[in-house]
Formats: sequence, C-alpha cells, structure tokens
Amino acid sequence: MEKKQKHLFSKVLLGCTAVFFYAPILYIILFSFNSSRSLTKFAGFSLRWYEKMLSDSTMMQAVAYTIIIALLATLISTVVGTLTAIGLSKSRRLMRGIVEQVNNLPILNPEIVTGIGLLMFFSALGVKKGFLTLLLAHVMFCIPYVILSVTPKLRSLDPNLADAALDLGATPIQALWKVIVPQIRPGIISGALIAFTMSFDDFIISYFVTGNGVNNISILVYTMSKRVNPSINALSTLVILLITAVLFIVNIIPILKDKKGRKLT
Amino acid sequence: MKQYRTMALPYIVWMAGMIVAPMLLIVLYAFTDKGNDVATIRFSLENFARFFSDQVFMSVLKRSLFIAVITTAICILCGYPIAYVIANRSEKSKLFWILLITLPTWINMLVRTYAWMGILQDEGIINHLLSLVGLGPITMIHTSFAVVLGMVYNFIPFMILQIYTSLTKMDKSYLEAASDLGANRIQSFLRVTLPLSIPGVISGITLVFLPAVSSFFIPKLLGGGQYVLIGNVIETEFLTSGDWNFGSAISLVMAIIILFSMYLTKKADTDPAANGKENA
Repeated sequence: MEKKQKHLFSKVLLGCTAVFFYAPILYIILFSFNSSRSLTKFAGFSLRWYEKMLSDSTMMQAVAYTIIIALLATLISTVVGTLTAIGLSKSRRLMRGIVEQVNNLPILNPEIVTGIGLLMFFSALGVKKGFLTLLLAHVMFCIPYVILSVTPKLRSLDPNLADAALDLGATPIQALWKVIVPQIRPGIISGALIAFTMSFDDFIISYFVTGNGVNNISILVYTMSKRVNPSINALSTLVILLITAVLFIVNIIPILKDKKGRKLT
Repeated sequence: MKQYRTMALPYIVWMAGMIVAPMLLIVLYAFTDKGNDVATIRFSLENFARFFSDQVFMSVLKRSLFIAVITTAICILCGYPIAYVIANRSEKSKLFWILLITLPTWINMLVRTYAWMGILQDEGIINHLLSLVGLGPITMIHTSFAVVLGMVYNFIPFMILQIYTSLTKMDKSYLEAASDLGANRIQSFLRVTLPLSIPGVISGITLVFLPAVSSFFIPKLLGGGQYVLIGNVIETEFLTSGDWNFGSAISLVMAIIILFSMYLTKKADTDPAANGKENA
C-alpha cells in the first residue's frame, strides 16, 4: 500500500513538472497559429502572424543578425578555443592555472556585469556600438565554454601520441590536425554546440553592447513585448523549433552512428 | 611539444583586453567622479555614499535580495523532490526526464518569460479558466508573485540537475548499510542521502541565486515598469541616465554581495557536510 502511494506521488510530481515546463512553450506555439489577436481565445487556425512576421523587415533583420552572429561567433570561438586549449595543455602549470582562472570569470560573473564592462571598454576604445561590438562580445563569452569542453578531452589524451607523430616525420601542423584534433573531436563538437546556443539565445550582454539598429531576436522580443503582438509568438515558435531541431540532430546523429558502428562490427 | 605553447598566446592577449580590462574599468569608474578625463582623474567614494544613503536604493537592494532568497528557497523545496524522484527511476526513464528538464534551458530565456506574460495577464488564460468555474479574476501580472514565478521557471532546471547529479553519484551501498544497521527509510534519508546530496544543493544555490539577484528582464516583463530590482537600476544608469560611475558602483556592490553569499554558502557547506559524512 505504502509503495503504491509512493509510486503515485512520484507520477503526479513528474506530471506536474512536465506541465509546468512545457505549458508555456506549447501555449506560445498554439497561439502563434491563432487567427485573432486574442491571447486567451483560440479563434481558428491561421498563418497570418507568420505572414506578418515575414513581411516585417525589422523582425527579419533581427533573425538574420542572430543567425550570422551565432555562426561567426561559433566558428571563431571554436577555432580559437580549441587551439588555446591545446596550447595550454602543453604550457607550464602556473600559466595554465592563471589562464583557467581568468577564463572562468565570464562564466561566473553575472551577465549584466560582463555587459556593462564591455560597454565601457568599447566606448573607451572609441569603437561604435553595432555589429562588430556584438560579434566581439559573443566571441568573448563563447570561448570559455569551448575551452571548458575541450580541456577534459585533452587531459585524457596520451601525450606521447603527438610526439610519435612528430618522430615519424609529421610537421607540427600535421600532427595537430591528423592526430590531436580527431582524438578530441567530441569535445570540440559539444563546445561548438554550446557556443552556438549561447550566442543564439543571448540577451543581456547583447542588449548592452549593441547599437545602431543592430538587434538580435532576444532584444527585439524585449523591446516589442510591451504591447500584445502575436507576431512575437510566431517568431518565438521559430526559435523554439530551430533550437529543438539542432539539439535533436546533435543528440540523434551520434546514436545513429553508434548503431551503424555496432552493426558493422 | 613546446611548439604548441604559442597557440595559447593570442587568447591570453585577448583575455587581458576583453575580460580583465572591462572589469578594471568597472572598478575605476566606481571609484571616480562623473565626467573626468584621464588628465583630471579624481578618486572618490561619492558613488557609494550616494547609494547607501538613499532610502529608495536601499529598499530596491532589500527587495532584490528578498526575491532572490525566496526564489532560491522555492527552487530547493520543489527541485529536491523532483530530482530525488528522477534519480530513483530506471536508467531509461532517468535519461528521458533529464532530457525533458534540460531542453527548455536551451530555449531563449526571454521567449520563455514572454510566454508567461500572456498566461498571467488579467485577461490571460489562467483567469479565463478561473472565470469558467466562476472565480473572479486574480491580478497576477505585475506582482512579486509573477516575478518569483518567472525566476523559478527559468532557474529551477539548474537546481534539479545539480541535485540529480549528486544523488546519482551517491554510493548506494551506504543506504544498504544504513538499513542493515536498523535505520528506517526516513532515518536513512535524513542521515545518509540528504547529507551526501548537500554539495549538489550548494552548487544549485549558486546557479540560482546569482542570476536571480542580478536579473533585470524578468522583473521588467513580469513585474512591469514600476517593479524595480537592482538589475533594473544598473540598466537605467547605463542605458538611460548615462551615469556610468554610479552604475559601476552599484554593480560592484552587487558583485561583492554575490561573492560574499557564495563564500557563506561554501562555508556552510563544509561544516555540516563534513559532520554528515562522519555520521554516515
């Protein structure tokens, strides 16, 4: 009897958890297809808010900026972060310790503090707020995550491997590209994924360092949300679907590959 | 192998510029007067004096801390049972539920907060459902309730994941030992499981309290324009009033409060957990 009750309790608790987490998300998706402006009554299915979103040039611009910045920031931070992590793994312990400490600062700091720090830094250098400052800021907060996800893979790497490659006549670049990088690939991929989603979703830091009409999706939602505007639901639905698709692909591909690999052996 | 060392150099230079210099700028601005050039720089504590002597700012600070503490407490009280239940499920079910809880954290926080705006409004879906069963509309949006709800919604996944990790890492043979030694389930939970999961709770507190105390868009969206927390003050000083010196001083005060509370939680962690381990 007691066991049954406990079972019931855990089921109810998990059910409530799922509803709490997903009701708002489903609510946004549902009402993005509403044919009326209302946020309470579903009047009928329509794509009118999607049409409105597509014809809204500020929204489309924000989408474009978000994607371009996220792709560029991911590319730059993945390359720089990976090279830095490899460089650090061969550095003296003291140097490594110091760099790792400073590298953690953007992760530990409240984002608003990072945001205002960068705002003042760019203004001190006389850099105009806009695309460049936004990109630099995103690279700045993405690199630490790449380093954090690559470093553990490097720790478990046999240090003699690269030496062996060099002894066998590989140039340092060949050894890097053909021996080290393939071994740490999972760390690089998960670092790139974290960087992409961090950049794609960022609001606080972007909000402080951007200007000149360069907005990303989050900033647009923030400035437009003061009035009821169902196009935001349409835009949000796109964001939700895109991130879910990215996560799905990233989580599913390794499983499929794994299955294929097992079938072959 | 030393040839690879140089690859870290560009990032070290970058860190000095993009991470260290901005922090130093915050400290510099916080301790100087408004509108001075490098030539006429004047150090002062004026900004801090202004902040601590103003009743309005003090009540904002108190409210921010209060909201953050309440949010953290709710995240522990609700997050612990959820993590506990998940940790005791079958392997497959565990993975499923952890994925279910992780997934929303990848979706834009702003979008998720915006969703609650529609739900909590006076003519929103909850009040609509209430009116169907004959209950009057309840004002939820633009109240502390809405702000705390928004924060719990955004931050509780971090708490659940931390507690879950510490619970699954726990050596199950301790529990067997406890029951062999005659402990009932409540006793073995209180004296074995709970103390061993405290490190997870502590890192959960860090991950919830820090964003909660510095949050500014959740109070703005769900609390309305009148609802001001310390993050909103900083936002206004930097983007509206343009008083960077004062804004920097407030950020510094906030950063110190956060560091201090981290230090306190860490300290609270080392004492009872050590005792707990001895008891276990």
